[in-house]
Amino acid sequence: MATKPNANRPISPHLTIWKWGPHMLVSILHRLTGDGMATVGTVLFVWWLAALAGGPASYEAFMAWFVDGSGVIKPLGYLFGIGLTLAFFQHMASGIRHFVLDTGAGYELKTNKLWAQSTMLVSIALTAAYWAILLKGH
Amino acid sequence: MGSGTDLGRVRGLGSSKEGAHHWWHQRLTAAGNLILMLWFFASLALLPAHDYPTMAGWLASPLAAVPMILLVASVFYHFRMGLQVLIEDYLDGAGRITAILLLSFFTIGSAAIAIFSILKIAFTGALV
Repeated sequence: MATKPNANRPISPHLTIWKWGPHMLVSILHRLTGDGMATVGTVLFVWWLAALAGGPASYEAFMAWFVDGSGVIKPLGYLFGIGLTLAFFQHMASGIRHFVLDTGAGYELKTNKLWAQSTMLVSIALTAAYWAILLKGH
Repeated sequence: MGSGTDLGRVRGLGSSKEGAHHWWHQRLTAAGNLILMLWFFASLALLPAHDYPTMAGWLASPLAAVPMILLVASVFYHFRMGLQVLIEDYLDGAGRITAILLLSFFTIGSAAIAIFSILKIAFTGALV
């Protein structure tokens, strides 16, 4: 484990070598959205919960970053709100695709490409629908 | 490498008996996340407002506090495994071990703050 890696060992081709396609993009997006939520999402989620537990003043201070005094969402609110919603739905759709792939289905080239593309269409559609409902309620 | 029996030299280096647990736990928590995160997103959308009284009143209910604690357990365990794989893909040697150690501290520390916050609201109710 702590031994020095052998420089002569063959390594897997990386992003610059593979030809780009939907199946490759969706794999990168799965890692990007997952790790993005795990870092940025976790900090915001824990900050939000701790601020709520702290009482009205600390909750107001948290919300002031994202929503102005009259309840209008600020650019930062849209950036993190829509960004994290899109990341969640993309990771969710891609994760469901992984569950299907785990059964051994969906490896035919055309099917694989179609499902990879579908995860992106689904995540954009769900994000748009979710924010339409959220903004309508306000 | 040199001293010790053949068995002693390889013990602990492979995935024998426990290699599948990471893969399986990732799927197990993914299924949990799917249910709990959809519930969380739906709850936020269904609340009439997102000001302090509404949010604290919502989280003070056991029907919100218990799923929220389950969500923290499932999601945080899941993301810790995901970030571990990221570290294993890009770091080697001592850097890898240090990063995974820091990752564990980050996960457990942030989960403790999250669960404490939920319990505080659930047990003491909304502050006026």
